[in-house]
Amino acid sequence: MMALSRLLVAIGAFTLAAFGALGRMALFAAEALVRAVRPPWYPARLLEQMAHVGWFSLPVVGLTALFTGAALAQQVFVGGTRFNAESTVPAITVIAIVRELGPVLAGLMVAGRVSSAMAAEIATMRVTEQIDALVTLRTDPFRYLIAPRLLAATLMLPLLVIVANIIGVLGGWLIATTRLGFNGTTYLVTTARYLEWEDTRSSLVKAAVFGFILALAGCYNGYRSSGGAAGVGRATTDAVVAAFILILLANLVITVLVFGA
Amino acid sequence: MTRDQPAPRLALRAVRKAFEGRQVLDGVDLDILPGQSMVIIGGSGTGKSVLLKCILGLLRPDSGSIRLDGQELLGLAGAGLDAARARFGMLFQGGALFDSLPVWRNVTFALTAGRGGRARALRERAIAELAKVGLGPEVADLKPAALSGGMQKRVALARAICARPDILFFDEPTTGLDPIMAGVINRLIREQVAALGATALSITHDMGSVRHIADRVAMLAEGRIVWEGPVAALDRSGNAFVAQFVEGRADGPARPFGPA
Repeated sequence: MMALSRLLVAIGAFTLAAFGALGRMALFAAEALVRAVRPPWYPARLLEQMAHVGWFSLPVVGLTALFTGAALAQQVFVGGTRFNAESTVPAITVIAIVRELGPVLAGLMVAGRVSSAMAAEIATMRVTEQIDALVTLRTDPFRYLIAPRLLAATLMLPLLVIVANIIGVLGGWLIATTRLGFNGTTYLVTTARYLEWEDTRSSLVKAAVFGFILALAGCYNGYRSSGGAAGVGRATTDAVVAAFILILLANLVITVLVFGA
Repeated sequence: MTRDQPAPRLALRAVRKAFEGRQVLDGVDLDILPGQSMVIIGGSGTGKSVLLKCILGLLRPDSGSIRLDGQELLGLAGAGLDAARARFGMLFQGGALFDSLPVWRNVTFALTAGRGGRARALRERAIAELAKVGLGPEVADLKPAALSGGMQKRVALARAICARPDILFFDEPTTGLDPIMAGVINRLIREQVAALGATALSITHDMGSVRHIADRVAMLAEGRIVWEGPVAALDRSGNAFVAQFVEGRADGPARPFGPA
């Protein structure tokens, strides 16, 4: 009985802490958004972050999509042979890539790369008093540091996901045509026939939400860090863990509630 | 205050600040007159940095008053706070230079508040400011990480004075520097404060620095200013906290970990 009670107390404490953290993150995001709509704006910072989030994430996102698309086509083919449905490879691959794997894998890969970097950079600025220096130099850290990162990630993730979707489909095409005996043109025509606008819309909405989440996780954990080098390390880890969990949670919510009908 | 004495540039009254039940500042009263160089001394953890951050608006005191030329700073926001901060220049303990920007952008940051501006004119201005702290133009395009600790402090000083502030704050300006470089920084601080005709408030526990840059000294202990007087009176203050600090004795009224 005591053990059960302790377990329930621990679960309750964890739940309260999780909701508390989520609430603080939401308040942080609201503050950033409210301040971001008022000048001064920093377009140079925004462009810098867009390059950092978008351009420099292309290799990792592209390779992830290529390998995943290829492996997926192979798996669908193996599964399909069990009930004579090998011809579904192009349709299932494109739907799985565009609706689910493209945005989720791009979100997770970029989170691993960008959330951690944002958290580490901002946390270092916090512990070395650079954020205090910004304030004394009449520069709002939310406008200068946070808003450009949030906006850049929200804008760039959809572009990255478009690229990931295309490369993912090409990965499937590559395996299908070289190993599984598919005709290249027929594969692409079938892919195009089964891809609907709703799939692309779902993909882009997810990407934008994931971009916002991964930047928010990085900025929030970096901005609130304390405790020197250990604090920077903690902020980096927390940012990646939070980004991963929130991206997967948001994916479930969007998939079921928004595009589940 | 006598009839002939000017009104204080900065006036602190009953400033209190606690963290998680620990009373760090417990009623700080202090006046700093225009053109005066005030140095606050005190052991580690006695609240010197907290006091400085309260004045700069980086921390909000629990109660009290901080006035700049008679204008209350506490509760100030928006344009009013920006106007007050435009009069401030701050040298942080570790320099706090922005890693991602070259030295010349760091130095001119107060002029642009982080926005673009005319790069060539700003760079020339930065080179002129760097010359005042003994650094050549070759430093201007380097990133802060490429500089030694002493050079970073000089660049940070150049950034602090670039916008011609009339109040300068120095947080442990010589910490982490060798004695020669500490002497250079002390001389530069003295020179630049005099050149600007600025009021200066420094916090330090480096007695060499105190004697070099201070007109007046205030001792912070147990959350309050326990002694304040001209630097010449430091060795005959008659205050047990000051005597213990100046002589560097382990025994005395000051506890090594600050107020309980």
